[in-house]
Amino acid sequence: MAIKTEPFVINIGPQHPSTHGVFRMRTTLDGEVVVDMEPVFGYLHRGIEKLAEGRTYTQNIPFTDRLDYLASMSNNLAYVLAVEKLAGVPVPQRAEYLRVIMAELQRIASHLIGVGAFLNDCGAFMTPILYMIREREKILDLFEMVCGQRLTYNYMRVGGVSQDIPEEFLPALAKFVKVMPGFIDEYDQLLAENEIVLARAKGVGILPKELAINISASGPVLRASGVQWDIRKADPYSVYDRFEFDIPTGSVGDCYDRYRVRIQEMRQSVRIIKQAMEQLPSGEVLTEVPLRLRPPEGEAYGHIEAPKGELGFYLVSDNSETPYRFHIRASCLINLTALCDMMIGWKVADAIITFGSIDICMGEVDR
Amino acid sequence: MTLFDNYWIHFAIFVIIILTFVMGMVMGFIYIERRGLGRFQIRLGPNRVGPFGVLQPVADAIKVLIKEDIIPAKGDKWVFWLAPVVAFVPVLMIFAVVPFQSGALLADLNIGILYVVAVSSLAAVGVFMAGWSSNNKYSLIGAMRDVAQLLSYEIPLVLSIVGVVLIAGSLSMTKIVEAQSIPFILLQPLGFLIFFVGALAEINRTPFDLVEADSEIVAGFHIEYSGMKFAMFYLVEYCEALAMSAIITTLFLGGWKGPLLPPFLWFLIKVVGVFFLFFWIRSTIPRLRIDQVMAFAWKCLLPLALLNLLITAIQVLVLGEALPWVIVPVNLAIMAVLVVLWSKFFKLGGGRVAV
Amino acid sequence: MTVALSGKEIAAKLQQRFPGTIVESSESSLVVKSESLLDIASFLKTSPDLDFDYLTAITAVDYYAYFEVVYQLTSLKHNHSLVVKTHCYGRDTPVLPSVVSLWRGADFQEREIYDLMGIRFDGHPNMKRIFLWAGFKGHPLRKDFSNGD
Repeated sequence: MAIKTEPFVINIGPQHPSTHGVFRMRTTLDGEVVVDMEPVFGYLHRGIEKLAEGRTYTQNIPFTDRLDYLASMSNNLAYVLAVEKLAGVPVPQRAEYLRVIMAELQRIASHLIGVGAFLNDCGAFMTPILYMIREREKILDLFEMVCGQRLTYNYMRVGGVSQDIPEEFLPALAKFVKVMPGFIDEYDQLLAENEIVLARAKGVGILPKELAINISASGPVLRASGVQWDIRKADPYSVYDRFEFDIPTGSVGDCYDRYRVRIQEMRQSVRIIKQAMEQLPSGEVLTEVPLRLRPPEGEAYGHIEAPKGELGFYLVSDNSETPYRFHIRASCLINLTALCDMMIGWKVADAIITFGSIDICMGEVDR
Repeated sequence: MTLFDNYWIHFAIFVIIILTFVMGMVMGFIYIERRGLGRFQIRLGPNRVGPFGVLQPVADAIKVLIKEDIIPAKGDKWVFWLAPVVAFVPVLMIFAVVPFQSGALLADLNIGILYVVAVSSLAAVGVFMAGWSSNNKYSLIGAMRDVAQLLSYEIPLVLSIVGVVLIAGSLSMTKIVEAQSIPFILLQPLGFLIFFVGALAEINRTPFDLVEADSEIVAGFHIEYSGMKFAMFYLVEYCEALAMSAIITTLFLGGWKGPLLPPFLWFLIKVVGVFFLFFWIRSTIPRLRIDQVMAFAWKCLLPLALLNLLITAIQVLVLGEALPWVIVPVNLAIMAVLVVLWSKFFKLGGGRVAV
Repeated sequence: MTVALSGKEIAAKLQQRFPGTIVESSESSLVVKSESLLDIASFLKTSPDLDFDYLTAITAVDYYAYFEVVYQLTSLKHNHSLVVKTHCYGRDTPVLPSVVSLWRGADFQEREIYDLMGIRFDGHPNMKRIFLWAGFKGHPLRKDFSNGD
């Protein structure tokens, strides 16, 4: 006699310890297998694009901090690059190198949380993420030295950075760069070859290469699927063409590959920081730009390789103090396009891990 | 007949001893676990309440007791109310046969270990009652997972106990301890491993804590519980850990035996040592998925338990019940070979289901 | 370095294959008619020396007389990029063909444009609001949106 079963709909989120913010997934489950999934966005929608149309270009920089709030330096950088493209503002060399150092430090900090949260979802009960937070505290101390803030920095300006680094920054940075590779090796040893992590994450949540390109994925998600595309190499901005670094790629595009790609990217970031520290010139750090900047009429699209993907700003100017259109190309939102495909057929536990491995931040998804 | 030979006085004294012991040890375990986990996670752990944070469990208990008692409107009220009781009472009943010292136990049943196995399975009923009556899909998933897991791991658990019983020649807990001139962990290493893993699954601890996986189904079957009822589930978890530690000590580590110190102290030391292993594993290892848990129980532990039983039976048949020292390295070698062999051929399975 | 292809050259190429579809072109971008958007996009994606397999971004801008929808295209293989725009007239029910069949990355971005600007996309599998709730009246990013206070 066959037992009658029926699928039931369950809400994962918006308040949930594992949805990395306020995100709701309406999943239809048949037993433990996910049969259908509908993502619901908008819980953190603040209307940044509309708000920015009423403020000057410099006043919009703090808004960009709050997009992906775990990688504020990168958001700032993308925005000021777009404005500088629009207005044709030159940037002094010292500021360029400082920007690169901050952006790469931010990439390490963001990946530490990304990997830690992924392992937390796997069930390792806070131990890996607390180890990684210990390193992140060192990075946040460095940032506090520079701009006084620990999370939303507001450090970059149109035409450079807001202030020069204090004297104690470079020795502290040198100390950090010396010990960090050892810690990355420690994370590798702790859990990378663990049976249970391999069983949970290998072969789970696969994003095939063609699908990844078709959904405009970017960042570690795209690279783990086997596509060698990194904006720092393909379309170098700032002074990235002067550094030597590799682009780690995966092969299969499963959760394990995304996790490995992030760990290796941290190593490459340390390499870039070392080179930037050696080549750091002296000089001023900010070009004089009017406080109420009036760029000429036109449009510009400036993009960078943020830790979570390609973050772009599309700005349209009508020669007034405020932007006519301020659009954010949010990598996290676009990376989620194939979430349903990656989850269907897997179990609830895999669905949570897959979502964690994409590493999104709801501030950028909802804006 | 002195006053103390009276059955009911003996019963009353030991009920008081057991209740104090269980409550005291559970408070101590909560404290040890939180400080220990903190040190594993390179942080301090609670150290504010009382000297070295020793009064932290007391603070937790007071906090939990003064919370509002919420009952889901559409839930099944009587089942909801009964579930913590049904989950808690069997666990307390296990302590009736745990020997603290030679002759010092509530009831020296001659079917001691069988009683323990039978009573500990009842906790599953309480868990499922909690999951069903909460009228919440998350708790239902958690309850289903829990029942499946508990039932699957009972079998390897019981089979590994039978190995011990064969060597000891009796089901009574005191006789099992007295038969351990060589601690059974050395004579039955494979049995110890299987029992340890099975015990982890029975008490819902990492890596088998998917029942209450915080990051997936947000507390599983006790998601709707608050106040005193939640305190009872919390207690159930630690009492089960204490009970399993006590049983492992009795069955495999030699109970109260040991030189120099008074026997009761040896018992405590061994129990705390086993518990240390429990939370060491909790802080280090991620959790498994439900189908992997089931596959592990049925495809890996069950055949190993059967093989262990077979080998033990052969050894007892050939050598008689007092097994000599030479068997220890033989058994260790057999365990190593079997574990390596199984890990080569065992696939954890899972994968995508066509939808 | 990603080469930004000249709008004028691509316009000349397209004029041969799809005559009468180019509205205007400049160095940085080209504007096409909305009816021929899908044909041109499909040609841009499949033609081997253009090969625009990666849709970087879609945006909509509200110039009062018309809506301008901007497509930023990139080719991963050849490492060049192009900006294609189209104009959409009418403020009550502006409609455009959807490019989801070509690039699935347009899925959420087109929903966002519908939600915040009000432009519907024909052929989109799930044309619903994405950030605001279903009963919300109005489209906030329009220049004439007022909050009612």
